[in-house]
Amino acid sequence: MLTIEQLHDVKEKVFKEVALRTQPVDTTINHICICGVSGCASSGALKIEDQFKSLIAQRGLEGVEVITTGCMGLCKAGPIVIVYPEGTFYTAVKPDDVQRIVDGHLIGKEPVVDLIYEESKAGDTLLSIKDVDFYKYQKRIALKNLGIINPDSLEEYIAYDGYQALLKALTKMTREEVIQTIKDSGLRGRGGGGFTTGMKWEFTYKAAGDQKYVICNADEGDPGAFMDRSVLEGDPHAIIEAMAIAGYAVGASQGYVYIRAEYPGAVAQLGKAIVQAKEAGFLGSGIFGTDFGFDLEIRLGAGAFVCGEETALIASIEGFRGMPRPRPPFPAVKGLWGKPTLINNVETYANVAQVILNGADWFNSIGTEKSKGTKVFALGGKIKNTGLLEIPMGTTLREVIFGIGGGIPNGKKFKAVQTGGPSGGCIPEAYLDTEIDYDNLIKLGSMMGSGGMIVMDEDNCMVDIAKFFLEFTVEESCGKCAPCREGTRQMLRILEKITEGNGTLEDIDRLEALAKTTQTSSLCGLGQSAANPVVSTLRYFRDEYIAHVVDGKCPAKACKNLAVYNITDKCIGCTLCARKCPVHAIAGERKQVHAIDPAVCIKCGLCIDNCKFHAIVVE
Amino acid sequence: MSKVCTEENFQELQQAIATHAGKKGSLMPILNDCQRIYGCVPKKIQLYLSEKLGIPFAEIYGVVTFYSQFSIEPKGDYVIGVCLGTACYVKEAQKILDEVKAKIPDLEVGKTSADGKFTLEATRCIGACGLAPVMTINEDTYGNLTKSQVEAIIKKY
Repeated sequence: MLTIEQLHDVKEKVFKEVALRTQPVDTTINHICICGVSGCASSGALKIEDQFKSLIAQRGLEGVEVITTGCMGLCKAGPIVIVYPEGTFYTAVKPDDVQRIVDGHLIGKEPVVDLIYEESKAGDTLLSIKDVDFYKYQKRIALKNLGIINPDSLEEYIAYDGYQALLKALTKMTREEVIQTIKDSGLRGRGGGGFTTGMKWEFTYKAAGDQKYVICNADEGDPGAFMDRSVLEGDPHAIIEAMAIAGYAVGASQGYVYIRAEYPGAVAQLGKAIVQAKEAGFLGSGIFGTDFGFDLEIRLGAGAFVCGEETALIASIEGFRGMPRPRPPFPAVKGLWGKPTLINNVETYANVAQVILNGADWFNSIGTEKSKGTKVFALGGKIKNTGLLEIPMGTTLREVIFGIGGGIPNGKKFKAVQTGGPSGGCIPEAYLDTEIDYDNLIKLGSMMGSGGMIVMDEDNCMVDIAKFFLEFTVEESCGKCAPCREGTRQMLRILEKITEGNGTLEDIDRLEALAKTTQTSSLCGLGQSAANPVVSTLRYFRDEYIAHVVDGKCPAKACKNLAVYNITDKCIGCTLCARKCPVHAIAGERKQVHAIDPAVCIKCGLCIDNCKFHAIVVE
Repeated sequence: MSKVCTEENFQELQQAIATHAGKKGSLMPILNDCQRIYGCVPKKIQLYLSEKLGIPFAEIYGVVTFYSQFSIEPKGDYVIGVCLGTACYVKEAQKILDEVKAKIPDLEVGKTSADGKFTLEATRCIGACGLAPVMTINEDTYGNLTKSQVEAIIKKY
């Protein structure tokens, strides 16, 4: 149990110890921060940590601390090691490299230049991690502690203003003032629809009921989005603090965090943090000596995408199949076990403590007119800098993809960027200068969604991508309402027909009609938005659909059934492909150009993989 | 079945029921524990839970078959999950999946190999998009995969 004085003492004392990670400090101490979450961990971060610890002990070094942090964001360069106070940015570090960093950098005081991230080398000077292009253009609010603090340490969270917002809310603000601040900040839900957060809080506050609940939606199911997992793994106390503030504001004493079971790391990290928060008295009864009490429980999902929809999520917590129900009544009035319930997602909560601490005006000075603050995106696909980033609303797609993201690798041409997951759409090059905010993305036929941003290049077929998303929604449709259950299935059938080369122009018309019906008459957000990938690709890439059905060609050469394999005159007649072909479709004399019989070829690609002379092409 | 339904497992299940029963919405946490303990939620156990919790079997069966994390059949010793999330898909994860199928005889998505060693799953996004394409085998994650690495990885198990 920490008193208010002890909280301030811990903050002051520990901040002095960790300040070198975030501001210039004159010190002889070194902190070695290692990114230790899923991405970097699977490429050996844990071994690196052990290696550092044992070498530091062996060399008898003092004043060196090794810290495992949450996600640093630049996943493609992992495992990442940062040495403070300089902020030297080592990337793709292998366990064998550790000795060179210890002996060279820590003992010899000379950075090991060849291990340093290429883009942080500016002539003779080495840039600190925060001055590298990938980080320079970011503004971190939700991710502010990620990669800085050790998520296992409550003290480090406190050092960076942790639980100060809860203290302020409970001791200096009325419930109405808290809600007004969230409303004035302009914060909107970061999980999908973008509903104004403060309004949700107010509705729940005003709803009549002796018992109310606060839920955190951590059922991050959008393929290609991993910001919620990263926040829970890297800064779990931020969510606990925000939920307690929300509980105070709306009048709830019990909270639930609904996490997908596919994220065992996040579940464990949050569980640990909840225990710490209870011990320190930030959860439980009589928080900070007030009469406000709040408790938190984790509930696991079990692999159903539709449970990201709030009424389905509530059904799942109640122990039923996760099927949505019509709204109204909204959960704010009738939610979990029929009681008024506030549901926000992880990233939304991650902003709350900062809004309370710094005020509504600070937050709403960032962003665009109708979309305030920042947004976290998980940038992936055909992009150089894959990873997690947070930008002010209003940054353009081009700045994200070509500035922070570093553009398209392997000299390929950009084709589209997909935002909003299976509910979003594909945006072509012509709209890359659009400023990112909720309304602009919807105008383009896409949506913010939870923040997946997948970049596609010329090798991706847009009809195939639409088919990919429809396969997903068909699988995940809960089956309750016919427009979604049948509509998605029929759209998928047509897309399969087109990618197999059997489509007709009438199929495209039918696809459009089905899309409209599914959008307008489905029960929940899943069905209403399931057609977006089809509608947006038809809007911007209609020529690719036409090429499939009229010319029988896939312009990206991605659809197997439409591909024709040919051997060019680069062939020297080595006979390797003929021997490797599993169906004996290739014939030819030794030292003569070979030929493929298209009637026999099964387009497995083995010949291309084996040809050393790049003589086989797909047309 | 006989392999999974040991006395020890049964004790653990009893404990899980004792921890959660009585709480509101206890079915999901109990089923999650059951899946972890037994590696599946066989019908026999569903019937047992129905009696213990006073929830109709049909309702439990409905919940078990609704969520993809619950399985009625036991899984193999090693569960290979090839991620088919968007980031992996655009980086040709399908080819990785096909290669796994080619290297382990008669293995299909959602099925277990005849010797009970491997189960193959085409998983939803596991959130390791920075490493796409990604494959997991039980707790191990393999990222930035190419088709040619698949065979050597499988041989490790």
